[in-house]
Amino acid sequence: MTKKITFTIDGKTIDSKSGQSIMDACEAQGIYIPRLCDSKGLVPQGSCRVCSVKVNGRVVAACTQPVEDGANIEHETNEIQGYRKDLVRMLFHEGNHLCPICEASGRCELQAMAYRFGISQATTYPYLQPVRPVDASHPDIALDNNRCILCGRCIRASRDVDGKNVFEYIGRGIHKRIGVNGDCLADTNAELSDYAMSHEVCPVGCIIRKGEGFFAPVGERQYDMDKIGSSIESPGNPSSDKLIKVHQIDPGCFNKDMP
Amino acid sequence: MEEREVIETACSRFDNDSRRMLDILWDIQNTLGWISPATMRTIAKCTDTYRVEVEGVVTFYAFFMSQPQGEFVIHLCEDIIDRHAGMLAVLKSFEESLNIKAGETTKDGLFSLHLTSCIGMSDQAPAALLNNTVITHLTVNKAKILIRTLKKTRNLANVVKTLGDGNNHHDLIKSMVNNNIQLRGEVLLADINANAGLNKAFSLLPEEVIVTVQASNFLGRGGAGYSSAKKWLLAAATEADKRFVICNADEGEPGTFKDRVLLTERADLLFEGMTIVAYAIGSQHGILYLRAEYRYLLPYLEEILKKRRYEGLLGTDILVDETENTRFSFDIRIQLGAGAYICGEETSLINSCEGKRGEPKNKPPFPAESGYLGYPTVVNNVETFCNMPRILDKGAEWFTSIGTAESNGTKLLSVSGDCTRPGIYELPMGVTLNEVLTLTGAKDPEAIQIGGASGVMVGRSDFERKLCFEDLPTAGAIMIFSNQRNILEIADYYMHFFIEESCGYCTPCRVGNVFLKQGLEKIMQGQGETSDLKYLQDLGKTIIQTSRCGLGHSSPNPILSTMKNFPLVYAALLKEHPDGRQAGFNIQHALDESRIIAKRRSIVYDPDIGGD
Repeated sequence: MTKKITFTIDGKTIDSKSGQSIMDACEAQGIYIPRLCDSKGLVPQGSCRVCSVKVNGRVVAACTQPVEDGANIEHETNEIQGYRKDLVRMLFHEGNHLCPICEASGRCELQAMAYRFGISQATTYPYLQPVRPVDASHPDIALDNNRCILCGRCIRASRDVDGKNVFEYIGRGIHKRIGVNGDCLADTNAELSDYAMSHEVCPVGCIIRKGEGFFAPVGERQYDMDKIGSSIESPGNPSSDKLIKVHQIDPGCFNKDMP
Repeated sequence: MEEREVIETACSRFDNDSRRMLDILWDIQNTLGWISPATMRTIAKCTDTYRVEVEGVVTFYAFFMSQPQGEFVIHLCEDIIDRHAGMLAVLKSFEESLNIKAGETTKDGLFSLHLTSCIGMSDQAPAALLNNTVITHLTVNKAKILIRTLKKTRNLANVVKTLGDGNNHHDLIKSMVNNNIQLRGEVLLADINANAGLNKAFSLLPEEVIVTVQASNFLGRGGAGYSSAKKWLLAAATEADKRFVICNADEGEPGTFKDRVLLTERADLLFEGMTIVAYAIGSQHGILYLRAEYRYLLPYLEEILKKRRYEGLLGTDILVDETENTRFSFDIRIQLGAGAYICGEETSLINSCEGKRGEPKNKPPFPAESGYLGYPTVVNNVETFCNMPRILDKGAEWFTSIGTAESNGTKLLSVSGDCTRPGIYELPMGVTLNEVLTLTGAKDPEAIQIGGASGVMVGRSDFERKLCFEDLPTAGAIMIFSNQRNILEIADYYMHFFIEESCGYCTPCRVGNVFLKQGLEKIMQGQGETSDLKYLQDLGKTIIQTSRCGLGHSSPNPILSTMKNFPLVYAALLKEHPDGRQAGFNIQHALDESRIIAKRRSIVYDPDIGGD
């Protein structure tokens, strides 16, 4: 049962309806809340925390927190943006994200998020430089776990959309990673046509579709054309009209044009 | 029995129900010693789930082994209290006698050696688990003799020679663990009228039971200080055909061991308390979630449950009111955990009871509305349940007469560290730290860690403060550190603890804590500069604010509270910028990696190269 509610976000009053998450309620109003582990059509899980917002003084994940009548939401304040930047940086430093040599560059949501936040160079965080084996056993798909950000989108896509459970979390803490339902990916019933293996699901360059490398020229890829979130912020605009000059951002280690 | 048969029997014993995955895995591991990939595949087939899901559960819990183990598995407690009591020397002794490192198994397949987080024996450290047996007060010599005896006899029977006090003598426990009850208060450790509280509760209406507890102003003893009665009201008010009462005996907070003593000495009182709460909220099913470290108490606790069923205190129709035509049935099962601190968080604990990885669930919904298997569930701490029969028996007025204005009753304190009388103290709420220090015979106390790793470290200027909800709240751990101890080493160990115990679900807790520890180590190595203090503070704040559950909300505390209360310790280690260079840059440190890669040393920076 939904009822009409009103909440404020960064001082702006919004008429909305109950029974949805803060993220969805904002999205309906053209307000984009950054997110990495959440993806359309999958059950939200609130693990990356990039969608953190402050509600009545408490920081919560916008993708899992239900919107409430009278809520006072802080979204693009310095404090919240600071947390989000820290979280994006943490993910960069946890794995091995070498954008110039990554096949996902230009369509990578982690990279795009860094651009959105103006993060363009190495930060003070240490690099953990994991050395995890690459699983290239499957004829059509390869997994480079070193680029995995543990968003779990592949787990949910395989389980809830494909009905297969190819993936699941294994281990815990900093040793947590994505396991496959077998000795290796070739040992599972994974197929290239699975939704879990599509570009919509893996936000980074962890799930690689073999034989399709560099399917689009660098510079003409999704986030080369459009800032991440722009389809929500200005849904009417076709991407060609809204070419974002990411080159104008200080070129750092994430710059795709680096030699 | 064939391996396959073992697995199939274990699965069918629990109705091939994947929600009983922890019990199934324990059953199989007890026979086969470990859970192999092939075993996981068979379990998945029997329980109609996926191999990778079974693997997910196995690899989440420290006590489930995905590598072959020795016949004797040693889990040596590596807590800071154990370290101060000589644990590192004991570890070395084990490693030398066995010729393996921690995490390895001997070639003959006889021994495995592991390090583990606090096993709830801080008052008798260093301690270890040897399969299910607890070994306390370890020394280098004892470790040597232990290994020699086991190699010779291959029998655990002769390991425990002297039994501990109280029920540790009981035929079903027979443990060398000591209760070390140093001070008995009037609520929990005094002489208790068995079942007086339960009988009183049965003479009242369920809602009257809740009203009585509300009147006593009782706050949950798990640490957060939430009103237990509020949880019950919500659970009772939620429409459902089943409700669950769960006792959280996953006492994982480092330095806490009072639940272990309550389970040993007050098991009846605990089950009585659970029954009272079940009656109050209309629940038929109870679960005691027992941490794997206390598995040695399992046969004894099962026996007490059996006895209570026989006495008509548990089971079907334990209260029948013919005139009102109401019947009350309630029974309790014990769920054994498998080594995960995070399962002390109530939603993780519920996931664990459901046979899943012990990761927290999203709130809302809260467990009182939708918890175990989606039913309204009340999760309370061991100490909380033990208080209930006493409040019912002696009345709310009696209870409120003990303690301070806002914190009523007594608190069990688990005291360990640099003092002459470590152990259990039952003291009225509001006792000052100085009073505790005097009672326990503390030696040159310089710092006290209150509430375990997730709590705060306070210094002398705070010793007049009171232990109660309105001043210094604590779930009961008091670790005393003398002026001989290195404050930063303690903080560093607890960061290690949180990294080990983080479930890894959310980014800030999984990654941020690793960075925090590295930042602290930089300072400890004398490489830190003033800006590093702000770095730690900012990072700590991001972790606290954005983490998903209580673990991440408190994991930066070891660093943040020592920075606040012991600023001079940090300041003394910081470097000034010499000539504009980065203070943290250490040429020797920077060269280390090159030395390894190049397999040679530097003529300039290795002055001893001539002798190499």
